[in-house]
Amino acid sequence: MVTQDHQMVELEEGLVLEEGKLPKSLWRVRLTLARKVLRKNWRLFSENKIGLFGLGVILLFALIALSYPLMRSIGPWQNDTVYDPITGYEAVLEDFEIVLTEADVVDPTTQMDANTAQLFCFGVAAGDICTVPRQPARPGPDHWLGTDPLGRDIASQLAYSTRAAFLLGLIAALVTVIVATIIGSVAAFYGGWIDNVLMRLADLVLLLPLIPVLIVMSGLLTITLPLLGVLIGILSGFGGTAIVLKSQALSIKVKPFIDAARVAGGSNRHVIFAHIIPNVLPLSFLFMVFTVTEAITLEATLSFFGLLNVPMSWGIMLNIAQTEGYLRFGLEYWWLLVPSGLAVTLLAAGFFFVGRAMDEVVNPRLRAR
Amino acid sequence: MLKFVSRRLVQMVGLFFLFLTLVFFLLQAQPGDISNLFIDPNLPREVQEQLRERLGLDGSVWSQWATYLTNFVRGNLGVSFSQYPRPVLDIILEALPRTMFLFTLATLCSYIVGFSLGKHLAWRRGGFSEYSVTIGGVLLYTVFYPWFAVIVILTFGSRLGWFPINGFLTPEFWRNAPYSGNQVFTQMILSLFIAGAIAAFTAWWARRQKDRRRARLIRVTGYGASLGSIVVFWALRGDMRPYALDIAHHSVLPVMTLTLVAFAGVMLLTRGSMLETLREDYILTARAKGVPERVIRDRHAARNALLPVVTSFVLGLAFIIGGGVVTETVFSWPGMGLLLLGSTVIEDVPLATGALAFIGILALVAHLVVDILYAVLDPRIRIAGGR
Repeated sequence: MVTQDHQMVELEEGLVLEEGKLPKSLWRVRLTLARKVLRKNWRLFSENKIGLFGLGVILLFALIALSYPLMRSIGPWQNDTVYDPITGYEAVLEDFEIVLTEADVVDPTTQMDANTAQLFCFGVAAGDICTVPRQPARPGPDHWLGTDPLGRDIASQLAYSTRAAFLLGLIAALVTVIVATIIGSVAAFYGGWIDNVLMRLADLVLLLPLIPVLIVMSGLLTITLPLLGVLIGILSGFGGTAIVLKSQALSIKVKPFIDAARVAGGSNRHVIFAHIIPNVLPLSFLFMVFTVTEAITLEATLSFFGLLNVPMSWGIMLNIAQTEGYLRFGLEYWWLLVPSGLAVTLLAAGFFFVGRAMDEVVNPRLRAR
Repeated sequence: MLKFVSRRLVQMVGLFFLFLTLVFFLLQAQPGDISNLFIDPNLPREVQEQLRERLGLDGSVWSQWATYLTNFVRGNLGVSFSQYPRPVLDIILEALPRTMFLFTLATLCSYIVGFSLGKHLAWRRGGFSEYSVTIGGVLLYTVFYPWFAVIVILTFGSRLGWFPINGFLTPEFWRNAPYSGNQVFTQMILSLFIAGAIAAFTAWWARRQKDRRRARLIRVTGYGASLGSIVVFWALRGDMRPYALDIAHHSVLPVMTLTLVAFAGVMLLTRGSMLETLREDYILTARAKGVPERVIRDRHAARNALLPVVTSFVLGLAFIIGGGVVTETVFSWPGMGLLLLGSTVIEDVPLATGALAFIGILALVAHLVVDILYAVLDPRIRIAGGR
């Protein structure tokens, strides 16, 4: 996470340190340097309280994602027919006291008027108890966050979707880094018409609003989670990220070690992949984090509209609450509305905070001192 | 200046054709081709071939691409499948002003709110207020947007009942209306435009004054005239007024929601650029010569911090347009975004791609406007940019 200048200084220090001692092998020098850089960057990062908060949120969600397979294999969610996030089902039985008319209902969670009760328990009268299978069951010991309108466990869906969100974020981030570093380095290294064409394309992608494009794409293609990750990665990597990385690569291109590599007979490909890209890469990790934020919110939004071919995700959970008509009740069915929305918001914000804290590490002008 | 604008214009036209090419290849990327959607597979082979020939689908990809571009430039975007004989362009032009209204108002609001909040955040660095506002702003920025919109609707529309929960107008109220919705809407945009133009002219004129008192006088009368023009405008159109109020009432929630989501990006950027400006030597000079703190903040620091924020508009543009699409869908605001999603869901391909192309045009035009604004704000670009 440091620019080339820092590394040069560190390198000199490392060599000075080395003089008095036994000669070390090159990889040990590299390891020591990497550890030192990492420690210094961690110190800078941990000064930022908001960044630490974001890291905590991400770790919390990572724990949830990791706990899912455990819960399903050895934990309380072993029963596939009940706790499978997609095909599981359980009708939770609730007892209702029958009262005469609708006007007599004081507490709608435990009382029911006789007319409605005829639908579930035939021939009951006021004063009887009627047992009704409830679809969106409220949170209880069996279902910690209740069940959705189709009788599926919300907590299990939430944990399953967390894993999907991390997977999507990972794919999108990796693709972004690969696309952006290669485009940026190639444009900076070759210059001329290659640079011109690539940067005009980047301008266009930068201007392109992702949501409308992905909406239309979903109408023409079947978009699955990995494909969505790749699409978001390409579209966000080719835009602003490529432009920023190109300017970083330009400043590296004029460094003496590039000339040295060339004089030593390095081919174009060797110079780009062995010398330019490794120096651009640290900066690209920053954009990787922001891409994760983007990917998570985009997936949730598109799933909410029901445009993706995804079995279960946070967006789908809200989509089901909406299509089954439970949104208009507001907080009366809070377990359909709150967990998924809060999860998307918090995880996306967590990555954003970490990205901002990393930004202060990379960009010294933003620091307090 | 003129040279700069014309050069950017040429670049924009180039970008636009690049964008159209992208849309065209998006269409090509679907499995099969567009004829599969409406040519009956039970027809004899020769008839199918004939139909494809008449639709121009028999040529090479590049000849189809050339046809697509020329047709687009001539304003022929094809015919909608779902609203059959109606041309796509007609449907889009009906929805376009509503989207532009939402987009312009939300952009202006989010920039004003974001800029003034960011200014204060950088000024009072490190306090509790900075943490809370930053965390709140980022949470709004990364919020699961449709979910947030639903909560806003539940709170202000359903629970409090202050605003209508969705739509563009109240159908029962408009049943016997002598005007169409778009007629009234055009008048509303016109009145806002007049008021905005007067306000902008006032700001420009007042800045040119050397005398403080005179500048203040111009500001007071100018902004007063700007507000007065709206009052006079609607006083002259008395019978249209209740209908205009109905539309305005419907537009409050969508604009507010979009603003709340979009302002944080501007706020964080302003904070960053303001922190950099505050380290400049001229701030120290201003402090040393005893300029009041408020003047240093507003005149010396904030005005120079504005430039990178305006440049960043391009980055925020895609965000606001994308957010606009979601807003329109959740609030049933019948603009381009609702059109785009609706036509995609029912596989009305010509309408969907047409709407996408126009959203692209909207982004490009907004980009151009900001470029010009940037040149007006920064003399270095105005003079050097013409090269």
